[in-house]
Amino acid sequence: MGLEHAFGDSALTTTIDSAINWCRKNSVWPMPLGISCCGIEMMAFAMPKFDVARFGSEVFRFSPRQSDLLLVAGTTTYKMATVVRKIYDQMPDPKWVIAMGACTSSGGMYRTYSVVQGIDQFLPVDVYVAGCPPRPDNLLHALMMIQEKIQRGESRSTPMTVAAERLEQQQLLQIQGVNN
Amino acid sequence: MLTTIIESLRTRFPQSVLEVNEFRGETTVRVRKDDIVPVCTFLRDDPAASFDYCSDVCGADAYTPEERFQVIYNLYSMTHRHRIRLKVSVDESHPHCPSVTAVWPGAEWPERETYDMFGVVFDGHPDLRRMYMPEDFAYHPLRKDFPMMGIPDSIPLPRK
Repeated sequence: MGLEHAFGDSALTTTIDSAINWCRKNSVWPMPLGISCCGIEMMAFAMPKFDVARFGSEVFRFSPRQSDLLLVAGTTTYKMATVVRKIYDQMPDPKWVIAMGACTSSGGMYRTYSVVQGIDQFLPVDVYVAGCPPRPDNLLHALMMIQEKIQRGESRSTPMTVAAERLEQQQLLQIQGVNN
Repeated sequence: MLTTIIESLRTRFPQSVLEVNEFRGETTVRVRKDDIVPVCTFLRDDPAASFDYCSDVCGADAYTPEERFQVIYNLYSMTHRHRIRLKVSVDESHPHCPSVTAVWPGAEWPERETYDMFGVVFDGHPDLRRMYMPEDFAYHPLRKDFPMMGIPDSIPLPRK
Protein backbone atom coordinates (compact mmCIF):
# COMPACT_ATOMS: atom_id res chain seq x y z
CA MET A 1 0.00 0.00 0.00
CA GLY A 2 2.78 2.39 0.86
CA LEU A 3 6.51 2.80 0.27
CA GLU A 4 7.33 -0.57 1.87
CA HIS A 5 5.95 -2.27 -1.25
CA ALA A 6 9.15 -1.41 -3.08
CA PHE A 7 10.88 -4.23 -1.16
CA GLY A 8 8.56 -6.99 -2.37
CA ASP A 9 6.87 -9.68 -0.27
CA SER A 10 8.84 -11.52 2.39
CA ALA A 11 8.24 -12.61 5.96
CA LEU A 12 9.86 -9.40 7.19
CA THR A 13 7.98 -6.98 4.95
CA THR A 14 4.57 -8.61 5.52
CA THR A 15 5.10 -8.25 9.27
CA ILE A 16 6.06 -4.63 8.73
CA ASP A 17 2.96 -4.23 6.56
CA SER A 18 0.78 -5.58 9.32
CA ALA A 19 2.37 -3.24 11.87
CA ILE A 20 2.04 -0.26 9.55
CA ASN A 21 -1.60 -1.11 8.87
CA TRP A 22 -2.22 -1.31 12.63
CA CYS A 23 -0.72 2.17 13.04
CA ARG A 24 -2.59 3.47 10.04
CA LYS A 25 -6.00 2.22 11.14
CA ASN A 26 -5.65 3.86 14.54
CA SER A 27 -4.81 7.26 13.10
CA VAL A 28 -7.26 7.74 10.28
CA TRP A 29 -7.39 11.48 9.68
CA PRO A 30 -10.72 12.45 8.14
CA MET A 31 -11.25 15.23 5.67
CA PRO A 32 -14.71 16.49 6.68
CA LEU A 33 -16.88 17.46 3.74
CA GLY A 34 -20.04 18.53 5.56
CA ILE A 35 -21.94 19.81 2.53
CA SER A 36 -25.38 19.68 4.13
CA CYS A 37 -27.29 18.59 7.24
CA CYS A 38 -25.36 15.32 7.73
CA GLY A 39 -22.46 17.62 8.64
CA ILE A 40 -24.14 18.33 11.99
CA GLU A 41 -24.16 14.64 12.91
CA MET A 42 -20.59 14.40 11.67
CA MET A 43 -19.66 17.15 14.15
CA ALA A 44 -21.49 15.28 16.93
CA PHE A 45 -19.42 12.24 16.01
CA ALA A 46 -16.28 14.27 16.71
CA MET A 47 -17.58 15.80 19.96
CA PRO A 48 -16.98 14.33 23.47
CA LYS A 49 -20.31 12.49 23.73
CA PHE A 50 -19.52 10.10 20.89
CA ASP A 51 -15.80 10.86 20.97
CA VAL A 52 -14.15 9.67 17.80
CA ALA A 53 -10.80 10.18 19.56
CA ARG A 54 -11.30 6.67 20.98
CA PHE A 55 -10.57 5.45 17.45
CA GLY A 56 -7.71 7.85 16.76
CA SER A 57 -9.66 9.92 14.24
CA GLU A 58 -10.11 13.12 16.22
CA VAL A 59 -7.79 15.06 13.93
CA PHE A 60 -10.16 16.57 11.39
CA ARG A 61 -7.88 18.01 8.72
CA PHE A 62 -9.29 20.78 6.61
CA SER A 63 -6.62 20.14 4.04
CA PRO A 64 -7.04 17.10 1.78
CA ARG A 65 -3.26 16.78 1.55
CA GLN A 66 -3.05 15.71 5.20
CA SER A 67 -5.95 13.26 5.36
CA ASP A 68 -6.62 9.60 4.62
CA LEU A 69 -10.41 9.46 4.83
CA LEU A 70 -12.85 11.52 2.81
CA LEU A 71 -16.07 11.90 4.76
CA VAL A 72 -18.69 13.06 2.28
CA ALA A 73 -21.55 14.14 4.53
CA GLY A 74 -24.38 15.61 2.54
CA THR A 75 -26.28 16.08 -0.69
CA THR A 76 -23.86 16.23 -3.60
CA THR A 77 -25.14 18.30 -6.51
CA TYR A 78 -23.73 18.10 -10.01
CA LYS A 79 -22.04 21.45 -9.49
CA MET A 80 -20.44 20.20 -6.26
CA ALA A 81 -19.36 16.88 -7.79
CA THR A 82 -16.30 18.38 -9.47
CA VAL A 83 -15.25 19.95 -6.17
CA VAL A 84 -15.65 16.66 -4.28
CA ARG A 85 -13.66 14.85 -6.93
CA LYS A 86 -10.93 17.51 -6.86
CA ILE A 87 -10.61 17.18 -3.08
CA TYR A 88 -10.44 13.41 -3.43
CA ASP A 89 -7.73 13.69 -6.09
CA GLN A 90 -5.66 15.95 -3.84
CA MET A 91 -5.57 13.37 -1.03
CA PRO A 92 -2.42 11.24 -0.91
CA ASP A 93 -2.71 7.48 -1.42
CA PRO A 94 -3.83 5.26 0.22
CA LYS A 95 -7.22 6.85 0.89
CA TRP A 96 -10.71 5.77 1.84
CA VAL A 97 -14.15 7.25 1.30
CA ILE A 98 -17.27 7.14 3.49
CA ALA A 99 -20.55 8.11 1.82
CA MET A 100 -22.57 9.35 4.78
CA GLY A 101 -26.35 9.43 4.59
CA ALA A 102 -29.04 8.66 2.05
CA CYS A 103 -28.39 11.65 -0.25
CA THR A 104 -24.70 10.94 -0.62
CA SER A 105 -25.19 7.22 -1.14
CA SER A 106 -28.14 7.31 -3.54
CA GLY A 107 -29.48 10.83 -3.98
CA GLY A 108 -31.94 10.10 -1.17
CA MET A 109 -35.14 12.06 -1.29
CA TYR A 110 -33.65 14.43 -3.87
CA ARG A 111 -34.69 12.54 -6.97
CA THR A 112 -34.14 15.54 -9.24
CA TYR A 113 -32.03 16.79 -12.11
CA SER A 114 -29.60 18.71 -9.93
CA VAL A 115 -28.48 16.03 -7.44
CA VAL A 116 -26.04 13.23 -8.27
CA GLN A 117 -27.85 9.95 -7.54
CA GLY A 118 -25.01 8.52 -5.45
CA ILE A 119 -21.41 9.70 -5.30
CA ASP A 120 -20.23 6.27 -6.45
CA GLN A 121 -20.90 7.58 -9.96
CA PHE A 122 -17.64 9.52 -9.78
CA LEU A 123 -15.78 8.25 -6.67
CA PRO A 124 -14.78 4.81 -5.38
CA VAL A 125 -16.75 4.51 -2.13
CA ASP A 126 -15.63 2.12 0.65
CA VAL A 127 -18.47 2.34 3.15
CA TYR A 128 -22.03 3.61 2.76
CA VAL A 129 -23.86 4.82 5.88
CA ALA A 130 -27.65 4.52 5.94
CA GLY A 131 -29.87 7.10 7.60
CA CYS A 132 -31.23 10.57 7.04
CA PRO A 133 -29.15 11.77 8.76
CA PRO A 134 -27.37 8.74 10.28
CA ARG A 135 -26.83 8.73 14.00
CA PRO A 136 -23.22 9.38 15.06
CA ASP A 137 -23.00 5.77 16.34
CA ASN A 138 -23.75 4.63 12.83
CA LEU A 139 -20.90 6.74 11.51
CA LEU A 140 -18.62 5.30 14.22
CA HIS A 141 -19.54 1.85 12.95
CA ALA A 142 -18.60 2.92 9.43
CA LEU A 143 -15.25 4.13 10.73
CA MET A 144 -14.72 0.75 12.43
CA MET A 145 -15.45 -0.98 9.13
CA ILE A 146 -12.87 1.26 7.46
CA GLN A 147 -10.42 0.26 10.19
CA GLU A 148 -11.04 -3.42 9.46
CA LYS A 149 -10.47 -2.73 5.81
CA ILE A 150 -7.20 -0.95 6.54
CA GLN A 151 -6.01 -3.82 8.74
CA ARG A 152 -6.69 -6.20 5.85
CA GLY A 153 -4.62 -3.90 3.66
CA GLU A 154 -7.49 -3.06 1.32
CA SER A 155 -7.78 0.25 -0.43
CA ARG A 156 -9.73 1.14 -3.52
CA SER A 157 -7.13 3.74 -4.46
CA THR A 158 -3.74 2.02 -4.10
CA PRO A 159 -0.95 3.35 -6.29
CA MET A 160 -1.32 0.05 -8.14
CA THR A 161 -4.76 0.98 -9.44
CA VAL A 162 -3.53 4.45 -10.38
CA ALA A 163 -0.71 2.87 -12.39
CA ALA A 164 -3.19 0.49 -14.03
CA GLU A 165 -5.44 3.43 -14.88
CA ARG A 166 -2.55 5.29 -16.48
CA LEU A 167 -1.67 2.21 -18.54
CA GLU A 168 -5.28 1.94 -19.62
CA GLN A 169 -5.28 5.61 -20.64
CA GLN A 170 -2.07 5.15 -22.64
CA GLN A 171 -3.53 2.15 -24.42
CA LEU A 172 -6.68 4.12 -25.15
CA LEU A 173 -4.61 6.97 -26.59
CA GLN A 174 -2.69 4.52 -28.76
CA ILE A 175 -5.92 3.05 -30.11
CA GLN A 176 -7.22 6.52 -30.86
CA GLY A 177 -3.92 7.36 -32.56
CA VAL A 178 -4.29 4.29 -34.80
CA ASN A 179 -7.81 5.28 -35.70
CA ASN A 180 -6.81 8.81 -36.60
CA MET B 1 -55.88 51.40 1.36
CA LEU B 2 -55.01 49.13 -1.57
CA THR B 3 -58.30 49.96 -3.37
CA THR B 4 -57.33 53.64 -3.58
CA ILE B 5 -53.90 52.64 -4.90
CA ILE B 6 -55.50 50.46 -7.56
CA GLU B 7 -57.91 53.28 -8.46
CA SER B 8 -55.03 55.71 -8.94
CA LEU B 9 -53.17 53.04 -10.92
CA ARG B 10 -56.20 52.61 -13.17
CA THR B 11 -56.63 56.34 -13.78
CA ARG B 12 -52.92 56.76 -14.42
CA PHE B 13 -52.50 53.68 -16.67
CA PRO B 14 -55.95 52.85 -18.12
CA GLN B 15 -54.44 50.63 -20.85
CA SER B 16 -51.95 48.75 -18.68
CA VAL B 17 -54.07 47.30 -15.89
CA LEU B 18 -55.70 44.22 -17.41
CA GLU B 19 -57.25 42.55 -14.38
CA VAL B 20 -57.43 42.99 -10.62
CA ASN B 21 -58.03 39.96 -8.46
CA GLU B 22 -58.36 39.63 -4.72
CA PHE B 23 -58.15 36.26 -3.04
CA ARG B 24 -57.91 35.73 0.72
CA GLY B 25 -56.69 39.25 1.31
CA GLU B 26 -53.99 39.12 -1.36
CA THR B 27 -54.32 41.55 -4.24
CA THR B 28 -52.98 40.57 -7.66
CA VAL B 29 -52.83 42.92 -10.62
CA ARG B 30 -52.25 41.68 -14.15
CA VAL B 31 -50.24 44.27 -16.03
CA ARG B 32 -49.43 44.59 -19.73
CA LYS B 33 -45.85 43.48 -20.31
CA ASP B 34 -44.54 46.62 -22.03
CA ASP B 35 -45.76 48.89 -19.22
CA ILE B 36 -44.30 47.00 -16.27
CA VAL B 37 -41.44 49.47 -15.70
CA PRO B 38 -43.63 52.65 -15.60
CA VAL B 39 -46.19 50.85 -13.41
CA CYS B 40 -43.47 49.73 -11.00
CA THR B 41 -41.91 53.21 -10.94
CA PHE B 42 -45.32 54.69 -10.13
CA LEU B 43 -45.96 52.13 -7.37
CA ARG B 44 -42.58 52.89 -5.85
CA ASP B 45 -42.78 56.68 -6.03
CA ASP B 46 -46.46 57.33 -5.26
CA PRO B 47 -46.56 58.37 -1.57
CA ALA B 48 -49.80 56.45 -0.92
CA ALA B 49 -48.34 53.25 -2.40
CA SER B 50 -44.57 53.58 -1.79
CA PHE B 51 -43.75 49.96 -2.53
CA ASP B 52 -40.10 50.41 -1.68
CA TYR B 53 -39.20 46.74 -1.41
CA CYS B 54 -39.37 44.16 -4.18
CA SER B 55 -39.42 41.00 -2.11
CA ASP B 56 -39.35 38.55 -5.02
CA VAL B 57 -39.51 38.16 -8.75
CA CYS B 58 -40.44 34.67 -9.87
CA GLY B 59 -41.77 32.83 -12.89
CA ALA B 60 -44.49 30.33 -13.74
CA ASP B 61 -45.01 28.05 -16.71
CA ALA B 62 -48.66 27.51 -17.68
CA TYR B 63 -47.65 25.34 -20.68
CA THR B 64 -50.26 26.93 -22.93
CA PRO B 65 -49.71 27.83 -26.60
CA GLU B 66 -50.33 31.53 -25.91
CA GLU B 67 -48.90 33.48 -22.99
CA ARG B 68 -47.02 30.47 -21.74
CA PHE B 69 -44.90 32.11 -19.05
CA GLN B 70 -45.75 34.51 -16.28
CA VAL B 71 -43.36 36.75 -14.41
CA ILE B 72 -44.64 37.56 -10.94
CA TYR B 73 -43.49 40.48 -8.83
CA ASN B 74 -44.18 40.45 -5.09
CA LEU B 75 -43.92 43.95 -3.68
CA TYR B 76 -43.94 45.20 -0.11
CA SER B 77 -44.12 48.66 1.38
CA MET B 78 -41.96 49.13 4.46
CA THR B 79 -43.66 52.44 5.27
CA HIS B 80 -47.31 51.35 4.93
CA ARG B 81 -46.80 47.62 5.55
CA HIS B 82 -48.93 46.43 2.69
CA ARG B 83 -48.28 44.02 -0.14
CA ILE B 84 -49.25 43.71 -3.79
CA ARG B 85 -48.53 41.18 -6.49
CA LEU B 86 -48.06 42.05 -10.17
CA LYS B 87 -48.28 39.51 -12.98
CA VAL B 88 -46.99 39.80 -16.51
CA SER B 89 -47.54 37.29 -19.32
CA VAL B 90 -44.70 36.34 -21.64
CA ASP B 91 -45.01 34.40 -24.89
CA GLU B 92 -42.90 31.39 -25.67
CA SER B 93 -42.06 32.63 -29.18
CA HIS B 94 -40.54 35.83 -27.82
CA PRO B 95 -39.63 35.20 -24.14
CA HIS B 96 -38.54 38.73 -23.34
CA CYS B 97 -39.63 40.99 -20.50
CA PRO B 98 -38.44 44.46 -19.44
CA SER B 99 -36.18 44.39 -16.39
CA VAL B 100 -37.19 46.25 -13.23
CA THR B 101 -33.62 46.50 -11.95
CA ALA B 102 -33.72 50.23 -12.68
CA VAL B 103 -36.62 50.54 -10.22
CA TRP B 104 -35.37 48.17 -7.51
CA PRO B 105 -31.69 47.17 -7.81
CA GLY B 106 -32.50 44.20 -5.56
CA ALA B 107 -34.50 42.62 -8.37
CA GLU B 108 -31.26 41.73 -10.14
CA TRP B 109 -30.73 38.29 -8.61
CA PRO B 110 -34.39 37.16 -8.63
CA GLU B 111 -34.52 38.07 -12.32
CA ARG B 112 -31.38 36.05 -12.93
CA GLU B 113 -33.04 33.14 -11.14
CA THR B 114 -36.17 33.46 -13.32
CA TYR B 115 -33.98 33.58 -16.41
CA ASP B 116 -32.09 30.46 -15.24
CA MET B 117 -35.19 28.44 -14.40
CA PHE B 118 -37.63 29.55 -17.14
CA GLY B 119 -35.53 31.15 -19.86
CA VAL B 120 -37.29 34.51 -19.72
CA VAL B 121 -34.82 37.13 -20.95
CA PHE B 122 -34.97 40.40 -19.02
CA ASP B 123 -34.18 43.28 -21.37
CA GLY B 124 -32.08 45.95 -19.70
CA HIS B 125 -30.71 43.66 -16.99
CA PRO B 126 -27.10 44.65 -16.19
CA ASP B 127 -25.72 41.13 -15.71
CA LEU B 128 -28.05 38.40 -16.96
CA ARG B 129 -26.19 35.19 -16.16
CA ARG B 130 -27.45 31.89 -14.82
CA MET B 131 -28.01 31.81 -11.08
CA TYR B 132 -27.92 28.12 -10.06
CA MET B 133 -27.20 25.89 -13.03
CA PRO B 134 -23.75 25.62 -14.67
CA GLU B 135 -23.10 28.42 -17.16
CA ASP B 136 -22.89 26.07 -20.15
CA PHE B 137 -26.15 24.30 -19.27
CA ALA B 138 -28.47 24.42 -22.27
CA TYR B 139 -31.91 23.97 -20.66
CA HIS B 140 -34.26 25.69 -18.23
CA PRO B 141 -35.21 23.20 -15.51
CA LEU B 142 -38.51 24.61 -14.21
CA ARG B 143 -40.14 24.56 -17.65
CA LYS B 144 -42.92 21.99 -17.77
CA ASP B 145 -41.33 20.12 -20.70
CA PHE B 146 -38.08 19.55 -18.79
CA PRO B 147 -37.94 15.99 -17.39
CA MET B 148 -37.67 15.75 -13.61
CA MET B 149 -34.48 13.69 -13.72
CA GLY B 150 -32.91 16.05 -16.25
CA ILE B 151 -31.38 15.38 -19.64
CA PRO B 152 -28.81 12.54 -19.42
CA ASP B 153 -25.19 13.74 -19.77
CA SER B 154 -26.24 17.39 -19.98
CA ILE B 155 -24.07 18.14 -16.92
CA PRO B 156 -20.71 16.35 -17.09
CA LEU B 157 -19.56 14.36 -14.05
CA PRO B 158 -15.86 13.90 -13.26
CA ARG B 159 -14.33 10.68 -14.58
CA LYS B 160 -14.33 7.84 -12.07
